[in-house]
Amino acid sequence: MIESQKDWPLYEIFIRAKSGLDHKHVGSLHATDARMALEHARDLYTRRQEGVSIWAVRSTDIVASDPAESDAFFEPARDKVYRHPTFYDIPDEVKTL
Amino acid sequence: MYTQGLDSLGKDFLRNEAQDSAVLESRFQARVDAEEKIEPKDWMPEAYRRTLVRQISQHAHSEIVGMLPEGNWITRAPSLKRKAILIAKVQDEGGHGAYLYSAAETLGVSRAELVDQLLTGKAKYSSIFNYPTPTWADVGAIGWLVDGAAIMNQIPLCRCSYGPYARAMVRVCKEESFHQRQGYEIMLFLARGTARQRAMAQAALDRWWWPSLMMFGPSDGDSKHSAQSMRWKIKRFSNDELRQKFVDTTVPQADFLGLKVPDPALAWDETTQHFRFGAIDWTEFEQVLAGHGPCNRERLEARRDAHAEGRWVREAASAWAAKQEAAAASRAA
Repeated sequence: MIESQKDWPLYEIFIRAKSGLDHKHVGSLHATDARMALEHARDLYTRRQEGVSIWAVRSTDIVASDPAESDAFFEPARDKVYRHPTFYDIPDEVKTL
Repeated sequence: MYTQGLDSLGKDFLRNEAQDSAVLESRFQARVDAEEKIEPKDWMPEAYRRTLVRQISQHAHSEIVGMLPEGNWITRAPSLKRKAILIAKVQDEGGHGAYLYSAAETLGVSRAELVDQLLTGKAKYSSIFNYPTPTWADVGAIGWLVDGAAIMNQIPLCRCSYGPYARAMVRVCKEESFHQRQGYEIMLFLARGTARQRAMAQAALDRWWWPSLMMFGPSDGDSKHSAQSMRWKIKRFSNDELRQKFVDTTVPQADFLGLKVPDPALAWDETTQHFRFGAIDWTEFEQVLAGHGPCNRERLEARRDAHAEGRWVREAASAWAAKQEAAAASRAA
């Protein structure tokens, strides 16, 4: 090792492209603190005005569902097709429905 | 998700099913065949993970080392406009390196490890960045040819089976187009200039043509990892297919500049509707890759110096963060 240094904390970066849109995950970066995370995110992900707002979240603070469990986890919605409008049979003559 | 922090969580939740790795592997291949994306916490064969770590980190290193040949010209760019453009381009390359390191880290390697592999010379990076940039025209030729070849290679990677790599490449490709166009514009300016400027442009094309063709890697028959990478849909086209595509699109661009591609064997083939081109000197490629190119030593030294000179900044930032955290903790107490 040239330098035995631990990586700085990892932050996940979310960008709002313009007001009215959701923040969207764009990637991650390392930073010593929240302010550095925001400044680096600006330099890394908005060099061409791709955003009007940035969220930076410590990766370790994110709770995520597990892909290995996803079959069972998302199973409850699978047999509930009646939650979709296309499930219902309405004659064509009926308008605006 | 781009996070290794989640890995530990995943293991706790994994059921202890004694699943045969062959079953997992065929299920994995079926997902890949169905064009599903593989995400960081999904099961994947170890060899797939290793291949991706190698490829993505080499790609990241190439972006980082790639800042050097052009960075060399920032102080000497011929106008304020060209200087601003070149700074923006070099900054993009650094950004591309950062996107790619992030993508590699989702596979369970640390950034420090990857940087260390580059600085100790253990990791490889693209052979092209070991060539010198003696004139301003080289900056034009790099944008036009080297970034042009990179785009050919990278566009199919936007559809790579590994999600984080594919997403990083979408971002990279959006930015590369500016790189290639600014390079071609430099060449156009020189080609329409004085006799000396035209000669400078021609000399740069002579220097960069063959190394650019080598960027696509060994011929299909000699490429070690190609077949497996194709099966895994990390790779979509063979090295030779992409190289041919590059030649076919680039030769007319050289014609437009009134410059001559330095290959006496170059000829249009009516039957195949492709350009035929001369044999590539693979000994040179092997030599450069093995560390014996014109600038290998200089490039690595420049990276090591930059890393060493930045050390106090990294230490100061860490110390500041620790101090702020301690202050916040004592206020809360």
